[in-house]
Order: sequence, then structure tokens, then C-alpha cells
Amino acid sequence: MLDNASQASAPSRIRFVAHPCSGGDCTQGSASAYPVVRMDQTPAGTDFPHQSVTFPEGLALDCGRVLPSVTVAYRTYGALNADKSNAILICHALTGDQYVAEPNPETGRPGWWERVVGPGRAVDTEKYFVICANVLGGCMGSTGPRSAHGERPGALWGTDFPVITIHDMVRVQKRLVEHLGISRLFAVIGGSMGGMQVLSWAVQFPEMVFAAVPIAAACYHSAQNIAFHEIGRQAIFADPCFRNGNYWAEGVRPERGLAVARMTAHITYVSEEALTRKFGRKLQNAEGLAAFGEQFAVESYLQYQGSSFVQRFDANSYLTITRATDLFDLAGDHGGALADAFRAAKSRFLLVSFSSDWLFPTAQSRAMARALNHAAANVSFVEVQSDKGHDAFLLDEPDFHATLRGFLTGCAEHAGLT
Amino acid sequence: MSGEKKIRVDLALIAGMVQPGSRVLDVGCAQGQLIEHLTKAKNCDARGIEIDMEEVQRAIAHGLPVMQGDADTELVTYPDAAFDYVILSRTLQAVEQPREVLRQMLRISTHAIVSFPNFGHWSLRLQLLTRGRMPMTAGWNRMWYETPNIHPCTIKDFFALCDMDGSVVEDWLAADEQGLRTPWRRSPRLANLFGEQGLFLLRKA
Repeated sequence: MLDNASQASAPSRIRFVAHPCSGGDCTQGSASAYPVVRMDQTPAGTDFPHQSVTFPEGLALDCGRVLPSVTVAYRTYGALNADKSNAILICHALTGDQYVAEPNPETGRPGWWERVVGPGRAVDTEKYFVICANVLGGCMGSTGPRSAHGERPGALWGTDFPVITIHDMVRVQKRLVEHLGISRLFAVIGGSMGGMQVLSWAVQFPEMVFAAVPIAAACYHSAQNIAFHEIGRQAIFADPCFRNGNYWAEGVRPERGLAVARMTAHITYVSEEALTRKFGRKLQNAEGLAAFGEQFAVESYLQYQGSSFVQRFDANSYLTITRATDLFDLAGDHGGALADAFRAAKSRFLLVSFSSDWLFPTAQSRAMARALNHAAANVSFVEVQSDKGHDAFLLDEPDFHATLRGFLTGCAEHAGLT
Repeated sequence: MSGEKKIRVDLALIAGMVQPGSRVLDVGCAQGQLIEHLTKAKNCDARGIEIDMEEVQRAIAHGLPVMQGDADTELVTYPDAAFDYVILSRTLQAVEQPREVLRQMLRISTHAIVSFPNFGHWSLRLQLLTRGRMPMTAGWNRMWYETPNIHPCTIKDFFALCDMDGSVVEDWLAADEQGLRTPWRRSPRLANLFGEQGLFLLRKA
């Protein structure tokens, strides 16, 4: 989940110092100089009782390994109609969760897409039955690196958690959907990595998806995308508290590394224009020059993004999920021909991009739209004008919301939903 | 979306050429009025392409399947014979490569329906003859240096192009600016003089 712009005003008291783990002691909270903001007392991904279902029969993964048992944490909103035809699955982005339209009980933060999902919203919970699940590999209740090791009793997976793919995530979601008694989803909607899941749904299970809405998405992760992720992963590895992924056992967390990963990623979520508009070259304090620390407002903003992130996210999950998005390549799965990937697709598509998104630029959505045309699929495509960058899909973008609402209404007519 | 609505007269003429239940692509569909009509009144599977992002947004928000794109570059992305009709309404004169666009239309569709403002209309001829300046009329109302209509042609020119490219004119008519049928439809010469718009139904030979 990307943090929204309104939180930018808070950060002035948060700072990192140069060597948070000095003396080798990086136990949470003990190094007083380490992010002055105290980390949440509950480490991310603890035993909070999230609503979930467990499939003990396990799951065969793309990598060839088998997860002996799979738990999916999920939330639903609205009511499923009698013929179970009004279900919409929302797929969350890289660091999102299942709490799409209500506060996350673990973090207290508002639902990440309350602007879009809820009563009277574009995805109207008075009309549709909305499902959102924490992805496989996540840290909000679904099976992930923090779960019990499938092969070594008593241990947690940690970095031994298998490599997973976007397709694996979707296979787990399919189990959940079937578990809920739904044989066809009216729509699958998601932004960013959520959009990748939407594409995977449309390609893997075309009969189960009436309408597909990948937003600010792409059909593969570009070299630049992978490069930014790799910086984040290296920052985590370089944190002395990482302990080869065994940090839980030693009562520490690689907060510094994870925060830097988040800071780097966050830059890719916003546009240069938005950063300039919000911060420009504004100085944080006027007390002369400082070599380090928060000289510029944009620095403390980023540090806030980093430090608030580590309170709610697990480093091993971050490693697992970033890798899953890096591996996504829809055309690559089909001999390089994207149109072939879409050949079996039966859904009505709506592709939305945002003009200032440089992480998943419009050109990527257009390429998908063309490939869908080539496969003679029913596709709508629009670029929404916004200066908010990739984050725009989460923010207040009335044009985008109106477009989504209209598309769903049109599809509902075609699907015979009243 | 509301039920069947009255549509613009020129669009009604086009809709009259489309068989019910067809697969239709409307190129330059604006807000999708024709798509909506064909979907609701003729049970067609109708979609659109529109270059103007705001129009696209309005169309999608109205529940219509439209993608943003340019006729010059998007038609090549469709497979052969994907549609029964591809419609190009009052757009031919504004594309970069009209001949190539027509070729693509007849590749991806069995039929092409094309309408365009007729540059051979008597009032345009007269203005050019008497004033020696580019004509300005209700249909041709932008100065030459800012008009998007970069490839004006006459009804006679269009017949000649169809002939040259071997496209079969299955039906045609001339209409006035509002799209009302004009009575000289069986005389290309008179149509070229008195018709403000030409409307053609083509198929590949």
C-alpha cells in the first residue's frame, strides 16, 4: 500500500541517524537513536486473528515446490445475491492488504481503497459482493514467510519460503472464491501488482471473469521496475538485523533496511511534478546547513514513509512479493507474443493508466490494449490525466472513479445484473 | 444508460446500413452515441475508438466499450475479419493516411461504412471561384491553417479511390449537413454538386 499524500505533513520529528545498529545492538526500541518514532510494539505479521480460511490440501507452486497447507486471510463487503452473480474480487498492490474498505484492525489505518469501494462508491457494496484477500506471501494473515515452516516442524518459513508467482497468488484466490460458492466473478479489479493479478485471472481462468479491470498495471515487470526492487532488497540484506532472514528468532527486525527499501519504492510511486508541488526545495529547518539529517522537507517526508512502513510490514514478505512481481511476464509465458496470452481471454476489459505514472506508464497499458485488440477481446482503455504519478489510482481522482463506475454499470447490464 | 433514444440524423443513416446483431467497430466514435444505439436498438456487439481522451472517458463512464486511440495507428492492431462493419463517420478527411485507413478497415471487417463532408459541393466551388480564398461554410468552418481536416475530398474523388483500390461500393448516398437524404442519390455528378456529405457502404472485391 502506498501512503497517501495527506500524511506528508507529519514527518518533522522523525529522523534516522547514520548508524542505527552501532555496537551491534539493534534490538527493537533499545537503540534510542534509531527512528525516534518508536516502532509499533507488535511486530508486523503477528498472531492477530484475521478472518481466514485454510486449505489443508496445499498448493503446487510454479517453482515446482508444494505448500503443504495454505491459509488465505480475506474480508468481504456487501451481500452475495441469490444466484451468486454479483461478486467482485479486489486484488491489492505490493504492500496492501485485505482491508480494502474498512480500517485495518492491526494498524488502525483506514481501508486502502475506501474512496473506491463502499456504499455508493464506484464499486458499490450495496450492489456488489466485494471480496479482498491478502496475497500469498503476505504478512496480514495469509500464508507467507512468517507462517509455520511446511517442512520443518516448529520453525517458521523465513527466507526458506518458496519463490511464488503472481499466478500462484491467483490460484489461491481462486480456491477462496470457490470456497465462497462462487463459480464466476462479475469483476476482478486491481491496481499495480493488483492489476497483474487481474491479468493473471483473465488468462488463467477466463470463464470465471466476466469483467477485468487492470489499473496502472503492466503485463510484465520492466528492467527498471526490477532494478528499483533490487535496491530495496539489497538494503534489507545489508541491514545487520536481517540475520539471514532469521530476525524473528533473535528478536530483532531489519527496520532500517526495510525503511530504505520503502523510501526507494515510494519515489517510484509519485511523479516529479507531485514531489515538486508538495515540497519543492523547501527546507525542513532554517537553522543553518547540515551535512546529514533532514535538511529538505522531501527528505523527512521519505523518512516518514519508511518508518511508518516498517511498523506494518514484514521484510521477508517484502522480499517474497517483490520477487513475485519481478517474475511476472505474461507474454514471456506465451513465447513472447502477448496477443497469444490473451487468446483465451473472454472478459470485458477496462484498462486505465495515469498520465504521470512512470512506474507503469501509459505505453504499457496501450501495448496491452493493442494485444487485446489483436485477440479480438472487448477492451476499453483510457489514460486519466493526473500529476500524482503511480499513486493516483489510490487517490482522489474523480475522473477515474466515474470511469470505473460507468464501466461496471455497463458490464452489469450486459451480465444481466440488475 | 437509458433506453432507445433518438440519435443524430446522420448517425441514423449509418445505422440503417448495419444488419442487426453484427459486430461493429466505430472509429472516431466521440461519446459513443452510435455505439449505444447499435447496441440497444440493433442488438449489435459495438465498440469504439476515439482519439480525444475526454470523450473516451465520457463514453466509458456511460458504460460503453471505447478505447483511446488513433485511427491511423490502432486499426493495424486488430486481426483480419474481426468485425462485420467498421464505421468511419466524418473522420476520413482528418486522418493522416486515408487510403491506408480504408485498407485496414476492409481488412479487419467485411464491410466499411464511410461518411465525409463533400468538398465538391457547389457552395465551396463558388466561394473558391469568386473569392479565391479557401471556402468557409457550416461544415468547413475552420481556417486552413488550423483545420484538422487535412485531406478533403469530393464524392467523385472517393468513387475514384474505391475504383483504384478495388473496393466495391455496395450502397451510397449523398446527404445535406444535417444528414437528411438528398434526392439525387443515383446521380454521382449531381450528388457531388449538391450533396454536403457522402455516405458509402463498401466491401472488399
